Amino acid sequence: MSSSLLLSKKNSDVTENGTYKHTTSPIVTGTSVLALKYKDGVMMASDCLASYGSLARFRNVRRLQPIGTHTILGASGEISDFQFIQNQFEGLMLKEHVEDGQKLETSSIYRYLSNVMYGRRSKVDPLWNKYIVAGVEPSKNNNIFLGFVDLYGTTYQSSVMATGFGAHIALPIMRKYAEPRADSLTEEEASKILDDCMRVLYYRDARSFNKIQKAKVTAQGVEISEPYSLSTNWDFAESIIGYGS
Amino acid sequence: MSTEIQNAAKSHAGRWEPYVDNGGTSLAIAGPDFCIIASDTRQSEGYSINTRYDSKVHQITDKVLFATSGYSADGKKLAENIKIQAEKYLDKNDKIIQAPSIAQMTSIIMYQKRFFPYYVFPILAGLDGEGKGCVFSYDPVGNMERVGFQVYGSASALIQPFLDNQVGLKHQENVDKNRTLSKQEAFDLAIDSFTSATERDIYTGDYLEIYTVDSTGIHKEVRTLKFD
Repeated sequence: MSSSLLLSKKNSDVTENGTYKHTTSPIVTGTSVLALKYKDGVMMASDCLASYGSLARFRNVRRLQPIGTHTILGASGEISDFQFIQNQFEGLMLKEHVEDGQKLETSSIYRYLSNVMYGRRSKVDPLWNKYIVAGVEPSKNNNIFLGFVDLYGTTYQSSVMATGFGAHIALPIMRKYAEPRADSLTEEEASKILDDCMRVLYYRDARSFNKIQKAKVTAQGVEISEPYSLSTNWDFAESIIGYGS
Repeated sequence: MSTEIQNAAKSHAGRWEPYVDNGGTSLAIAGPDFCIIASDTRQSEGYSINTRYDSKVHQITDKVLFATSGYSADGKKLAENIKIQAEKYLDKNDKIIQAPSIAQMTSIIMYQKRFFPYYVFPILAGLDGEGKGCVFSYDPVGNMERVGFQVYGSASALIQPFLDNQVGLKHQENVDKNRTLSKQEAFDLAIDSFTSATERDIYTGDYLEIYTVDSTGIHKEVRTLKFD
């Protein structure tokens, strides 16, 4: 049944000359996601904006999604592709729970997502995202996991990571203050580093937004904050001359 | 591979590029009864460093390693496929697959994707059935050659001529062509190659994983390279 459904859906993508319509550029997009490891787990931050080109189109979008009990998925890039993945995970987690009584842990979720991303790129029909998967694995002595996967299926793990503009602006800050002390960093310190990075990004990334969320995973489970705003200081703008002002 | 995928690849020629270069360098030197395999661990995309530690060397059996460079996602998938086949061989034949067989199989696995290749320059190295050091090198579509030493990746143009001279004894006069390298000499050459390459190639650096394969098994060592 499901295969015939899939087939009819596939066929709707075929054009008259027999070629396929695929995503060739993202439309509604989310900007940077930041994540770092600290003493008791892993922390992640992103803003709540979904842009339509340079238009701030949707300003209350949650881009940090809990998957299971000890994992969060942070998404940047095409929001519709992210929603597709959210849907896939909802089905997968339910299926695993009902059929096998299992709750997938972070590395399995990461492996699944990586294979989906690589599979789609291999069909030359990519899901236009960069994902960060973060979590703690209770069955592996509370191992702290932080992994990345993008639309090419490229994967890596690291104690600090950032997507999009954050890879240029926030990552050097996190490499300086968080990476060398990943296993001694307190929750407060980790939280401050992420806030500082998000503030710098808000100052410099024109696709960012001052409504952000932060999430953490510890052995106790997932905690995602409600959206909040950072304090900013625009006094320096007075001294800027040029650009029409 | 299904025609559906081939059509997709065809109809999008010149549109979205399904490949990226993640940089990195891999090297292997065969000795009479040993083999040295080394790879740096930096993974890059453009001018950004994704991570300073991402292994490019994959263990296939207790005598054979597989080192990649180029497009990281393809490299990992190719290594995974080879490992799956090696395991199948063990289940079917109750015998560990030997290096020359893995080498031929790798060539076939790669050629099966001739029209949508794995963008990887692999080096398969270890000990062959007689316990001799062996190195097999490939191009992305599965051309294979058994060689004495090989460097592939972003710093290959910097290191290969150095090894041609020091291991292949090329462009040297009055040299004993029958001279073979000792394990320690090969090991040191690998380290020197990478420390020098790191100075000039921005895609090579961070850490160096060096594996020594000999009759006692596989020994891994990790050294630091420059972090810049």
